[in-house]
Amino acid sequence: MVATTENNVATAQVTKGRSPWADARRRFFRNKAAVFGLLLLVIVTLFALFGGFLAQWSNEELDYNVMGQVAELGGPSIASGHYFGTDDLGRDLFARTVQGTQISLAVGVVGALIAIVVGTLYGATAGYVGGRVDGIMMRLVDILMAIPYMFVLILLLVMYGRSITMLFVGVGLISWMDMSRIVRGQTLSLKGREYVEAARATGVSAPVIILRHIVPNLAGVIIVYATLLVPLMILTESFISFLGLGVQEPLTSLGALIAEGAGTISYGTVWQLAFPLLFFVLTLFGFFFVGDGLRDALDPKDR
Amino acid sequence: MALLEIDNLSVTFDGEDGPVHAVNDLSLSIDRGQTLGIVGESGSGKSQTAFAVMGLLAPNGRTSGSVRFDGQEILGIGHKGMNQLRARRIAMIFQDPMTSLNPYMRISDQMAEVLTLHKGMSKRDAVAESVRMLDAVRIPAASERIRLYPHEFSGGMRQRVMIAMSLLCRPDLLIADEPTTALDVTVQAQIMELLNDLQREFGMATVLITHDLGVVAGFCERVVVMYGGRVMEKAPVDPLFAQPTHPYTRGLLGAVPRVDDEDAIMTAIPGNPPNMAGAPEGCPFRPRCAYAALDCSVMPPLVSFDGDRARACHRPIAEVAA
Amino acid sequence: MFTYSLKRLAIAIPTLLVLIVVSFMLMHAAPGGPFTSEREIPPDVLANLNAKYGLDQPLWRQILSYVWGIVTQFDFGPSFVYKDRTVNQIIAQGFPITLTYGLISFALAVIVGVSLGVAAAVRHNTWLDYIAVGTSIGAQVLPNFVMAPILVLVFTLWLGWLPGGGWQGPEYWIMPVIALSTSFMASIARITRSSMLEVLTSNHIRTARAKGLPERRVILRHALKPAMLPVISYLGPAFVAMITGSVVVDIYFSTGGIGKAFVDSALNRDYAVMMGVTILVGALTIFFNLVVDILYGWIDPKIRY
Repeated sequence: MVATTENNVATAQVTKGRSPWADARRRFFRNKAAVFGLLLLVIVTLFALFGGFLAQWSNEELDYNVMGQVAELGGPSIASGHYFGTDDLGRDLFARTVQGTQISLAVGVVGALIAIVVGTLYGATAGYVGGRVDGIMMRLVDILMAIPYMFVLILLLVMYGRSITMLFVGVGLISWMDMSRIVRGQTLSLKGREYVEAARATGVSAPVIILRHIVPNLAGVIIVYATLLVPLMILTESFISFLGLGVQEPLTSLGALIAEGAGTISYGTVWQLAFPLLFFVLTLFGFFFVGDGLRDALDPKDR
Repeated sequence: MALLEIDNLSVTFDGEDGPVHAVNDLSLSIDRGQTLGIVGESGSGKSQTAFAVMGLLAPNGRTSGSVRFDGQEILGIGHKGMNQLRARRIAMIFQDPMTSLNPYMRISDQMAEVLTLHKGMSKRDAVAESVRMLDAVRIPAASERIRLYPHEFSGGMRQRVMIAMSLLCRPDLLIADEPTTALDVTVQAQIMELLNDLQREFGMATVLITHDLGVVAGFCERVVVMYGGRVMEKAPVDPLFAQPTHPYTRGLLGAVPRVDDEDAIMTAIPGNPPNMAGAPEGCPFRPRCAYAALDCSVMPPLVSFDGDRARACHRPIAEVAA
Repeated sequence: MFTYSLKRLAIAIPTLLVLIVVSFMLMHAAPGGPFTSEREIPPDVLANLNAKYGLDQPLWRQILSYVWGIVTQFDFGPSFVYKDRTVNQIIAQGFPITLTYGLISFALAVIVGVSLGVAAAVRHNTWLDYIAVGTSIGAQVLPNFVMAPILVLVFTLWLGWLPGGGWQGPEYWIMPVIALSTSFMASIARITRSSMLEVLTSNHIRTARAKGLPERRVILRHALKPAMLPVISYLGPAFVAMITGSVVVDIYFSTGGIGKAFVDSALNRDYAVMMGVTILVGALTIFFNLVVDILYGWIDPKIRY
């Protein structure tokens, strides 16, 4: 590393007395893609939270005027109050898209939270305890990584019933392994720091050190990966729902709506695919851009 | 005619907060077979000068001025043009032997490709020649160890491999960028001794870049002292050590431990090396200089004296060198 | 290198056994059991059925004979729903199809992704770089289940160029392959680009340039190998995700691969077939990870020991 320091003299920046978080915020807001992503997320969230107030129809009501003639009469129109058109049964697609966005966001956030909590505790414990325990714990992660989770998750969903709780938990539980590896690596490097040594020397117990001294210092890494995990959770849930194995009627998710829309495109009802797909894509873009922006802002050397 | 002639070379990097001036108006020259030391603290621009000559600056680096090798202008001729000279006529060894060799290739492949490419040798001949060169840098059991990967060598041995690799085509000029900085002290001495012997044996001109004046004293004929991207003082080695005429050179010499004089007081130069961001104004050493005066806010020109010496300082020689 | 490979193999085998045992236990613990359905089954019939499928034996014997059947004869037992078909027959029908378009997609994703990534890194901050980055960001939000209906919409319904489903000849392969490979191609291009950019700033690349090597040789001989390491570690997860994605392809394009068998069995609660497919996919994954590990060791001499 000695060699590169001199080489980088020119690019190294002298930062004068700014706190690391303020510095990160400044870098984040300088990043156009990240700000754009944040804007997308705000729009999608507002849509999910307040879109329901704009809807003229509920998500379960059938519009008998368009039933049977959805391809001709069910298209998007202000006059009929179906802004996004209707689905194949004559239900209002706007209301259903609002609901689908809510569920997809919820699954994404809850799933990511579960993955983060499990992964962080597991990784921090393995890294902090070290030695044989670490070896065994990480070997277990290696083994679990080699399992095709999606198949196992579907197996679980089929065997234990398809409840939305099961879906939340299942989606979260298959994604904590990467997190635990990252956290373990970071913990190993934090472990040798003076303040951790000091805490240990004064007899603070291991769980307290992990929760009070290690985990807070991992905040940056955790935030970045949490943001990048949410879209992956949404993708996973959508995948399962696309196969018809996820959320069940009358609940819906973006993946389920995309599946419906994809199933009916040959009837010429393109809007049934287009609107759910639009919100799906906007949501994913938003999270990816914000996640990348956060990574660059919080971890500038990793570019 | 000088072998390498640098005139008014400037190197600027486009940084996030504006340009960074790494090298300013640097001029120096070196004749065939000569040894020249470039001395300075980290950030003084000495390594960037070498990279500019080799055409190896980072992509955000820009240069101006002129660099002539054997009469030919080589500044800004690009990788294609430089590849006619690199390894064949100008070779370079780097500071960190741990990372400067390719960790994913056998030593034999890394060395042989230089010869197959530049000399058109067959792979077999190239490896044989490489083994001879490893012998020359005193690597024991070279014919077997050439098949190893870099991580199977110690730091000192890797630097020997680097040196051997740089000499394969018998270059006219060798640039050694802090070749011993990353090594243990005992190994440092061995490497410098080896470089000294090889320089005599092969007769190539050598530019030694270092922050260690002791190394310069034992190896070089002439010295250029750099600070803040500028030349402070140029002189033959003996008079420079006998009578430094620039406040910075005096400071550097004061910071070298002396074995021969136990009572000598070792003094550090106060302050830190300059931050190179922002436009250069006046003498860069001014903030740390004990002799600084009002007129130092204008950069003093490099003025020759005593025939082959030169210094850039407003203070009279008599005042500083007393 | 040989001992290194053996060590990796020594990890792969227990992993597979764990997978088999865990999925068997899961199935066993599932509420209701395989023959609980809407219709009431008379107790004597149920006892007969349980005897036929060995479900009246103690759990450890069931596991043992199941594992034994798989290990010695590659036999996953009979289907729980189709009385006259074995799991093997069901899998054998779909597997060659999955393998065909799966391998093509995988090869395409790797070759195009790596080339695009390298080109973008070498031409850093030029229009080529921007286009590569732009498309790969765009393709990230186009997973197989989004690509599939879009492709059908454009190429089948609007343009009428390609058949919308089935498996009868090479023109039926095109859309499944594109749908399956696009997002992976994008990910591989992104990973290749960023790791290549990092490698290009490393000291040994500077040495290679100082040796007067032509830029082409610097990239291909010196930079490509280390730049491939992160890509290779991504190939394992990518392989799993592609197999998973094949389920969507089989459903949407009616290609008839094992994904179809899996979803059908999931909807029929045909546990035997589900487990058979899961274990087969797990075995493939473990085998593939083994190959990846060995490839990694081949590139990086430091981890061979």
